[in-house]
Amino acid sequence: MEATSALKRTPLLAAHQRLGGKLIEFGGWEMPVQYSSIVDEHHCVRRAAGVFDICHMGEALVTGPGAEAFLNETLTNDVRKLAVGGGQYSQMCNERGGTVDDLYVYRLAPAEYLLIINASRIEVDVAWLQDRLCASAHRSGVIFENASGRLGAIAIQGPRVADFVNQLFAGPSLAGTAVAAATDLKKNQIGAWNWNGQRIWVARTGYTGEDGYEVVAPAEQIEDIWNRTLAVGHVGCIQPCGLGARDTLRTEVCYPLYGHELDENTSPIEAGLGFFVALDKGEFVGRAVLVGQKTNGTRKNSVAFRMTDKSAPPRPGYAIFANGAKAGDVVSGTQSPSLNVGIGLGYVPPEFAAPGTRIEIEIRGRRFAAEVVKKPIYRKP
Amino acid sequence: MSSQVPAGLRYAKSHEWVRLEGDVATIGITDHAQHELTDVVFVELPAVGRQVAAGEACAVVESVKTASDIYSPISGEVVAVNSAVADNPALVNTAPYADGFFFKLKVANPAEVEALLSPEAYAAQIGA
Repeated sequence: MEATSALKRTPLLAAHQRLGGKLIEFGGWEMPVQYSSIVDEHHCVRRAAGVFDICHMGEALVTGPGAEAFLNETLTNDVRKLAVGGGQYSQMCNERGGTVDDLYVYRLAPAEYLLIINASRIEVDVAWLQDRLCASAHRSGVIFENASGRLGAIAIQGPRVADFVNQLFAGPSLAGTAVAAATDLKKNQIGAWNWNGQRIWVARTGYTGEDGYEVVAPAEQIEDIWNRTLAVGHVGCIQPCGLGARDTLRTEVCYPLYGHELDENTSPIEAGLGFFVALDKGEFVGRAVLVGQKTNGTRKNSVAFRMTDKSAPPRPGYAIFANGAKAGDVVSGTQSPSLNVGIGLGYVPPEFAAPGTRIEIEIRGRRFAAEVVKKPIYRKP
Repeated sequence: MSSQVPAGLRYAKSHEWVRLEGDVATIGITDHAQHELTDVVFVELPAVGRQVAAGEACAVVESVKTASDIYSPISGEVVAVNSAVADNPALVNTAPYADGFFFKLKVANPAEVEALLSPEAYAAQIGA
């Protein structure tokens, strides 16, 4: 780990070390991959509760009378559908329909939006958004701030989180969605609470397929929120969880990870995310290409699969074969801790994308049988 | 985290152990290695009868996160493999020096075993 001095560190690095987290490099950040074990932490989130450091994620604030119109011409989803305190998943495309990033948009106030963007894309996104803003008719009515340095975030996930979240963030919300208690937030809604006199934002969302919350707060409050979450969450058997479990959890429910399912040459339509592309909202970057793909079809489609042969776990980069010929590549793959079978996501031509299609995955020169399955691969029983 | 480094075995820098009984060597991965891997989910073993050279990659161990090659610390012919560990890879985690072994070799050159690390030297390498 000689190179770690060059890595970016979250406000929780000391906490991870104290908790026995095994640190790795991820997207230029020094992050915990696991504490106890990936499988243990995975089951903990599926059955009880886990807390994740997601301070590496980026935050951008888009404010002003032109914010809504600017975001709507830049992002794929329809921001106008958001009430104050609402949130939505969206993509940001280039002119070719390729994905610059996938992100969450929250409407914090009538003319104030918070974007949660991927760690590995902060610099690219900020440059992209600033360029688009310079070219926008709404530029005089928009203030853009990259708040990634001053804000941090944690995710609290699992079926038992609702048992203690009201103790953690007590009383009614102070802004965003007006609720009497944090458990009254509905999926994707965000509300504000006070933490040591500072405003923090609590959204009912996550990246695990479980109920849960993501908390965005000033960086200097993050360690205190993390520690209190572990203390209060004791009633829900909470454990700290690393990026390893975060990846197995999101792969089981087929949530995309930028750089795997999505990149600048892959569109949200190809990725199977058309639900988040509002083609009817008016002009936005990439729309013409996306309309064409929706109308005429795509060259490749995202598929989920599970191994039907006993094999090593599928991994990103392994070849997918169909009808005896190479058809595509695995982009995410692992041993599913919930299903105890190899699972993955990949891209194949549309003719091989239907659930039930027999495919093969090439692992170290040998091919093993797999089957295309409906997303998500794992469903809560 | 204190990893076990049993006496009576020899060790490779790449975290395999060797137990010599007559001219047959049993080979597995160390407690330290299984701690680092965690959650072993798949083991691929060499074919019986294969001739392996010292330092040759001849098995694979996969955790949830990664695939890692296992190198034979010494030369010889594979005379047995542990099918139990192929069926139940978690044995690598629960019993790395016993039921979680990988394979057995008919030793080609006993001097290669002597040249491996002593328990003390391996413990020093891993900081145990």
